[in-house]
Amino acid sequence: MNKIFIIIQREYLSRVKKRSFLILTFLTPILIAGIYAFMIWMMLKDDTEKRTIAVLNESELVDPVTSSEFTTYEYLNNTTFDDVKQNMERNGYYAILVIPEDIHSSKTAELFSHKQVTIEVKSSVGRQIRQHIEKLKRSKIIAEANMPDLEEQLAATKTPISMRTIKFGEGGEIKQSSTEIAMGIGFAASFIIYMFIFLYGVQVMRGVIEEKSNRIVEVIISSVKPFQLMMGKIVGVAMVGLTQFIMWVVLTGIIITVGSALVLPGVDMETLQQAKSVAELPAGASSLDAGQLKLIQDIGGTFDLAYVAGIIGAFIFFFLGGYLLYSALFAAVGSAVDNETETQQFMLPITIPLILALYIGFAVARNPESSLAFWGSIIPFTSPIVMLVRIPFGVPIWELLVSMSILIGTFLLITWIAAKIYRTGILMYGKKVSYKEIWKWLRYHN
Amino acid sequence: MTFFEAKNVVKQYAGHKALNKVSISVPKGSIFGLLGPNGAGKTTLIRIINQITGPDAGEVFFNGQPLKPEDVKRIGYLPEERGLYKKMKVGEQAVYLAQLKGMSQKEATKKLKSWFDKFDILPWWDKKVEELSKGMQQKVQFIVTILHEPELLIFDEPFSGFDPINANLLKKEILELRDKGATIIFSTHNMGSVEEICDHIALINKSEKILDGPVEQIKKKYRTNTYEINYTGEFDKLEQVLKTDFEIVDQEKGIEHNTLHIKLNNGSTSNELLEQLLPYLNIVSFREIIPNMNDIFIRVVKESKTI
Repeated sequence: MNKIFIIIQREYLSRVKKRSFLILTFLTPILIAGIYAFMIWMMLKDDTEKRTIAVLNESELVDPVTSSEFTTYEYLNNTTFDDVKQNMERNGYYAILVIPEDIHSSKTAELFSHKQVTIEVKSSVGRQIRQHIEKLKRSKIIAEANMPDLEEQLAATKTPISMRTIKFGEGGEIKQSSTEIAMGIGFAASFIIYMFIFLYGVQVMRGVIEEKSNRIVEVIISSVKPFQLMMGKIVGVAMVGLTQFIMWVVLTGIIITVGSALVLPGVDMETLQQAKSVAELPAGASSLDAGQLKLIQDIGGTFDLAYVAGIIGAFIFFFLGGYLLYSALFAAVGSAVDNETETQQFMLPITIPLILALYIGFAVARNPESSLAFWGSIIPFTSPIVMLVRIPFGVPIWELLVSMSILIGTFLLITWIAAKIYRTGILMYGKKVSYKEIWKWLRYHN
Repeated sequence: MTFFEAKNVVKQYAGHKALNKVSISVPKGSIFGLLGPNGAGKTTLIRIINQITGPDAGEVFFNGQPLKPEDVKRIGYLPEERGLYKKMKVGEQAVYLAQLKGMSQKEATKKLKSWFDKFDILPWWDKKVEELSKGMQQKVQFIVTILHEPELLIFDEPFSGFDPINANLLKKEILELRDKGATIIFSTHNMGSVEEICDHIALINKSEKILDGPVEQIKKKYRTNTYEINYTGEFDKLEQVLKTDFEIVDQEKGIEHNTLHIKLNNGSTSNELLEQLLPYLNIVSFREIIPNMNDIFIRVVKESKTI
């Protein structure tokens, strides 16, 4: 048994010490945080470009659009469209807005420009004209109805509803949750598992091929059993994967904590979680508006410690289970070939269930209660990925236990089969191996 | 005393028999040659000794006891297909391989350093294997094979790929190990390369052992009583002069001297032949043609076919 630890140690250290591992481990969280920061910055950033838009108003509306800090509207009279168009560059117009005479019936205005107008400009112009016309119509109705407080009464009919989703916990207590966030977590976790199984499974396969093509394998198996060498490699690589995952969790955690402290000062997560609704929050608790607070509260409510720990625990279990299952197969493939180009014919039966699992995962995220979801999370070749999609939504304990035991059982069976292929395959050189050949190997006794 | 013994070992692979009731017996402290053409089953037998694979039938004894898994640390094996991790540092790798044989890290490091020093490769301790020349890599492989002081050493095609200088170094070290008490098995298809250092041999052909025993005895058994005579001078009527017991097998004219191959039949002796030749020829040299392993192998294979 001692020897298997020596093998695990070598497999682990030789990979962890590689420069590519260090770069991937430290750079990925920074990259992810960077992409998010960039996206948020892009969304929050105001459009600060100064623009002037020529307005040809042929309708009876009076000043339907008004200039703002960055966008200036110039109303032009006594000119023709062609004139304005020809002098557009010289006058520095960004676009020409034409409000037709029949705006009331056609309900269409036109924006002409050389470059595609930005979405903000387009929606701003449209909104202003709409509001202007609505206001006119409303005033007319109010005047005709002869009710002085109609305006206030109409305003009072506006009733925005915000939906809070609350889940019953195991002990009957209620938990605040967010469907969108659960879906996001499920997706992310299952995708990472898919990626890890592939990434590290292929590493196991490469390692086996390397040992075979280096011709070192026979030297080693004269000291240790082929099974020990195979398991040592699989476990060593699994630990590399776990190390990477834990580093990512820790580093991302640090970045998010530091980042949110910088971005959202004055938001006290605890007060936020305890408050039953946004309205109960002490006035002026922060500079953010109600919508933003609601989102943060959702995130805070979904991410309580037990929930996060549960997901990370499930992630580690299903990552290891799925990885062990598939990497044993990858090891068997590696042992049967002489070089990586020959692996293709044997890779297909491994990659198809994996990719299938990912697609089932997508479907399950939309409907976590379907029978597809159930079977997908019970069958061991798809369960590591599909179950992870379901877990954030909550899965009955018995289903979880059945899925886990089947995964462990299958892993043991597959490892046993893979070991039989492996110990024959690693000593075969220069022979094109077929499935029929592998079937023969399975029936050799040591 | 027998150190290693295999009795009626059978190994069957789908489609063909790799070993068919092969028995060998390796005396303690000897150098044992396992000879035969490629694909005869030598490597399969060696893998059974190393417990890389197990026999389907038959028994294997190590030092009088049935072979046990723990025995691997008493065996050193240099396989035909041998290599090292290219990206790993030389010293680190040698220590790793020694640890797998059951040595402690400290002991392995200490011993390795002294062997590396002896083989002039100590400066390469911290280099990656891919930076080493082929010859240096072979030295490392050899050191790793013998480092744990195994009682039984197995070399599969040891000299293939070695340059003559390293091959000689290897031979010297192997003989030294033998003198210290190790038992050595050589496996090769190149029979000429090992016959001078082997005490015992076994010939394997097509999964079966066809001949074994001490080298001296085998050679004696397969001698053909043929002598080679180099002489100067001319004599055409030799055939008429010679008694019928002496058969001229071959006759050749050379620049410096001429050569005759004469076979002695019916118990006649070499002295009688000399007496017959002396009056007619000016003899330069006279020696018995001793068959080499290659010749013996070809003969035995032919004989086993005709039976």
